[in-house]
Parts: sequence; structure tokens; C-alpha cells
Amino acid sequence: MAIFLTKDSKVIVQGMTGSEGMKHTRRMLASGTNIVGGVNPRKAGTTVDVDGTEVPVFGTVKEAIEATGADVSVIFVPPAFTKSAVIEAIDAEIPLAVVITEGVPVHDTANFWAYNNHKGNKTRIIGPNCPGLISPGQSNAGIIPADITKAGRIGLVSKSGTLTYQMMYELSDIGFSSAVGIGGDPVIGTTHIDALQAFQDDPETDLIVMIGEIGGDAEERAAAYIKEHITKPVVGYVAGFTAPEGKTMGHAGAIVSGSSGTAQAKKEALEAAGVKVGKTPSETARLARQLIG
Amino acid sequence: MDLFEYQARDLFAKHGVPVLDGEVIETPEAAAAVAERLGGRAVVKAQVKVGGRGKAGGVKLAADPADAVEKARAILGMDIKGHTVHKVMLAQTADIKEEYYVSFLLDRANRTFLAMASTQGGVEIEVVAEENPEALAKIAVDAVEGVTPAKAAEIVAAAKFPAEIADQVAEVLQKLWVVFIEEDALLVEVNPLVKTGDGKIIALDGKVSLDANADFRQPEHEALEDKAAANPLEAKAKEKGLNYVKLEGEVGIIGNGAGLVMSTLDVVAYAGENHGGVKPANFLDIGGGASAEVMANGLEIILGDPDVKSVFVNVFGGITACDAVANGIVQALELLSSKGEAVTKPLVVRLDGNNAELGRKILTDANHPLVQQVDTMDGAADKAAELAAAK
Repeated sequence: MAIFLTKDSKVIVQGMTGSEGMKHTRRMLASGTNIVGGVNPRKAGTTVDVDGTEVPVFGTVKEAIEATGADVSVIFVPPAFTKSAVIEAIDAEIPLAVVITEGVPVHDTANFWAYNNHKGNKTRIIGPNCPGLISPGQSNAGIIPADITKAGRIGLVSKSGTLTYQMMYELSDIGFSSAVGIGGDPVIGTTHIDALQAFQDDPETDLIVMIGEIGGDAEERAAAYIKEHITKPVVGYVAGFTAPEGKTMGHAGAIVSGSSGTAQAKKEALEAAGVKVGKTPSETARLARQLIG
Repeated sequence: MDLFEYQARDLFAKHGVPVLDGEVIETPEAAAAVAERLGGRAVVKAQVKVGGRGKAGGVKLAADPADAVEKARAILGMDIKGHTVHKVMLAQTADIKEEYYVSFLLDRANRTFLAMASTQGGVEIEVVAEENPEALAKIAVDAVEGVTPAKAAEIVAAAKFPAEIADQVAEVLQKLWVVFIEEDALLVEVNPLVKTGDGKIIALDGKVSLDANADFRQPEHEALEDKAAANPLEAKAKEKGLNYVKLEGEVGIIGNGAGLVMSTLDVVAYAGENHGGVKPANFLDIGGGASAEVMANGLEIILGDPDVKSVFVNVFGGITACDAVANGIVQALELLSSKGEAVTKPLVVRLDGNNAELGRKILTDANHPLVQQVDTMDGAADKAAELAAAK
């Protein structure tokens, strides 16, 4: 098994015909993802040859679902159009929408998140500003390189893309059930807590690695959740101990405001919940290795 | 991006939030004409992006235009908590009877917007929240529904505003919400919102923070940037589209991906503990692509920082394979020397991930005298810190 994404997932790509969308559609297909279509109203009815695979293009997400039974959409459209793309996916009631786009205004994200709530939360949203998720050997929805690691028994949830890759690489010999990049924006659809619970419920995940970074209090809330609900071992890492107050460190959400959002507070909260927290990515990998034996 | 008070005031006025007349000036002499226009008496307020300016002496009442010049002279150039005052705002005086507080902000934890309101304004709201939490009403605002007349009335009732001004405050709240939405703000705060002697409600002081991600649809926001205050290296990096933050250490950092770069800063700081306390000199995320040109631009910024004693290039080859990154580094060094920029600082490079072996070989073959490779992130950080400490 895996979480959120399996070998049975049927994936469509919103923004497939753009340069990023096409590049990553090619990569997803190459790593075995079942890509069943793309969405672009101006090219509806055509097909696109992606390295020998004919991928049909649909006018809307709804049409794509009706024609293919798609249950995952990966969204690559530019920031100005992301909100309407996500709302279209929500209206079509797709079970999973993975929003890769970086630089989405937070009002737009808050808006489509609220809209999803109004519509009964039928769509799980991952992102925005995230690398997507991968269940190695099964499916890959997003931009995570598929060749870093193999299928295994570690579940990974991370705010950061490259730290996800780094951790997958360090533990590549053990392998991962799923790795979920939830994104570094102030408002995101799927949180650490959502992924933690899914890994807890996944019989093929034995250990959870959780990567956080400065800003907000998502890690503190995850720590409280772990204490109450998670019985599997959790290893943690938090980036940004040396980040100065008031400066945004790359990710829109990565900012220490006053005394809140510091890496130290997050580390302490996680440790208080029984999570072993590594000082560096390598030490975190060592801790994980010790626990999974 | 946090705005100055006068910029917040301008945005309030633009969207119909009641404010007092005022004008910002940069020289004491300019105060006379402005005070004259405002009716002689004026409040002279330091424009700094930090709280507590009143206590620091940054707000003074001027009795007449000549006095306004003196007060402006006293405040301009003043240092308030490390911020030098370059501008002052002259504003009309107000007959203040009551001071309130209202704001809209992003509630990250609940993934929604939040209205906060209190009849105890004029002091730092964190103090009210701490000492008298029941005096600060917090009402969630649905991003789709927004602040309707009913929502505004709910906020007013929750904060227990007096009945005689309830309608006025509700109206201000709806206009302030328009500022929040139309300007893509992360925070709009009025403190204090005052009731004057003649029963009017006026936004006397305000804070606005804008979302940089929305710049593409907010063309007017660029002009609000305080270019004078930006660090020259940060300004140069911004021109080149680089994600760069200047810090106070000696080890220059280049990496790909925000999380990995943040992590790199930490690992370098830990390594520095064994090497005379050297610290990271900057945050620089060159993104997933890491092309030769971006690498050259990044190296140019970092090598141009006089504080930098050594450079740590930390790249994990994900989407971009390490051989492409290695070629980028080699070409970047050539590009810099062809531009006549002497590269004199040692570079420690750590390449890992996709095609790491090939990438390392490219750097080994290039045999640049200042470049050395270390295979692990922790080891490379230690080497970079050691080199910085030795300089």
C-alpha cells in the first residue's frame, strides 16, 4: 500500500501542454504513472504524443474524469490561473488535486481552500508550492525525481522539496511507502497531521519521517497530534535554526515573526511528543536507520 | 512586504477608510508649508517599520508651522530601535475621546482569515491579548463569504463597541476588508481607531503588510518598496531574480531549494562552532534549474560580498542532474573570469543525488585551483567553515 497515491491512481495533468507541464508529464510517465489525460480548453479533442504515448487532451477536468475515471489531478498552471484551475478540480469532485505551482497569492489559496470546505471537502488538496507526492514503484504525481529511491517501509512528509529528495537519497536503501511534499506556503491543503494519520493507518509504513521548517505552528500542532494519535515511531527534522527574525527564507511561509515560528520551539515540541529530532539531515537519516533496523 | 504608516494611510484613503489629512516629508524645511496647509497645528510622526516609536520620542505635537520645522528636525535622522528615520508624516490633530483596535489578518493555523477587534486600542495589541484576552474579540472570516454587513455587525458585537458608534465601526470594517482583499494584504491593522469629540470614527494609525506573490496583479505595489533601506547586495540579487537574503557571517552559501538552503545555513553554523564561530553569510536559493547563468549570477553576488571568506555550494541533483550543475559551476567560473572578476575565495562544492559521480568527475577534471569537493553535506560544511576561519 501507500498513502493518497497508488498504482491504481489515474492521473490527469492541468497545464500539461505548457513547458513545465510537458516536461514533468514526460517524467511522470517514464516513472510508471498512469497518466490518462491532460486538460486544456483550447486543445480539447487533440492528443499529445509524449515519448510515444498518446495522451488525450480534454476541455475540462469534468470531461476528463467522465472519459477516463481519473482520480488525481496534477496542476502546473501559472499562479494567475491556479485558483480557477483548483476550483475547476473541486467542482469536478476529483479526489486528489496536487498543486505544484509556486508563487500563488495567499488570498487565492485561502479562497480555494474555503471553497473546498463549502463543497464538502470532497477533494484532497496537496500544495500549493510543493513537489507533489510519490509512491515509489507505483505512481508519481508531481516533480519528485523517481529514481532516487525504491519502494520500502518509511513514510515521509515534508514542507521542502529538496530536503525530501535529500532524505529519500540518504535512506534510499531502505525505501519509502510514500513521500509527500506538502509545500512551504503559509496556507496549504494537506498538512503534516493529515499525512501522519494516513501513514499511521497504512499497514505498509513502519516509520514516519517528518520534515518541517520555520514559520507558523504546523510542527507544534503536529507534535501535539503525534502525542495523542500516532503510535508508529516518528523521526523529525526542522530547518531554519539560523534564520533571522522577519526575513522570508525562500518559501513564502518560512518566516520567524517575533518569537513565533522558530525552529527551536518546533524541535522542542516534537521532542516533548517523543519524536527523535536530528540536528542535520544526515543525523536524522541515522536516527531513522536505528529505529527501522 | 510591510508598509510605512503613510503608505498604509494612502491605501486606507484609496478605499474609503476615514483618515486624517496628512503628508509625508523628508526635510525639516518642508514641514512649514505642510503644517500651514493642515491649519498650523500638526502631529509630526516618524515613519519607521517598527513599533514603539511614540515612547522613543518619534511622535511630537507641533503648535505652528515654525514649531513643525523644529519637531521634524528633531525626529528626522533619529534612531528608533536600529531604524533610522528618513521620513516624517505631518498629520492633522484629532480630538481623541476613545481609542479602539481593529485588524484583518491571515490565520495560518486555521487556513482562513481572522478579524480582531477591541475597545482597548492605542496600546500594543499583544499586551491586551496577554493581560486581558477577553477584551480582544477574534472572529473567523470565511475567504469566500468575506465581511458582509452581518459579519461586520458580528465583529462589532463580539468586541462590545458602544451602540452609538456600532454602525460607523461596522462600515469602517467593511471598507477595511476591501483594502485587505483588493490590495492582497496579509495584514491590515488600525491602531488606534479613534472616536473624536464630535463622534466620528477615524483610522489614526495603521499597519499593512502585502503579499509579494500577488505582485503580478498589483502593479502599483512595486512603488511602495523601500528601495533605500534594502541591502545593496539584496537589491542586486533581486534585479537578477535571485532569492537572496544577506546574513552576518563569513561563509557564502549557494544551494538549490529553500528547505535545503535553510538546512545548509544550520549545518554551517554548527560546523562553525568548531572553527572560531564562523557563520553563514547569506541565504541563496538558485532553484531547481541551477543553470550556468544562474550559478554565475549567484556566485557573482556572493563573491562580491566583502564579508564572505569562503563559499559553500550545496546542490542536491533532483530534477537537474549533478553533471549539469557541475558544468554550470565550471562555466560560471569561466564567465566570471572572462568578465574580469577575480575569483579569489575558496569554493567547497558538495554534489549529491542524480548523476553525482559524473558531476564530481567534471569538477575534478576542470581542476580549478580554488574549487574543492567534499562528498557529504556535513563534511563540506566543516571544510567551508574551516577555510573561512583560516582567512
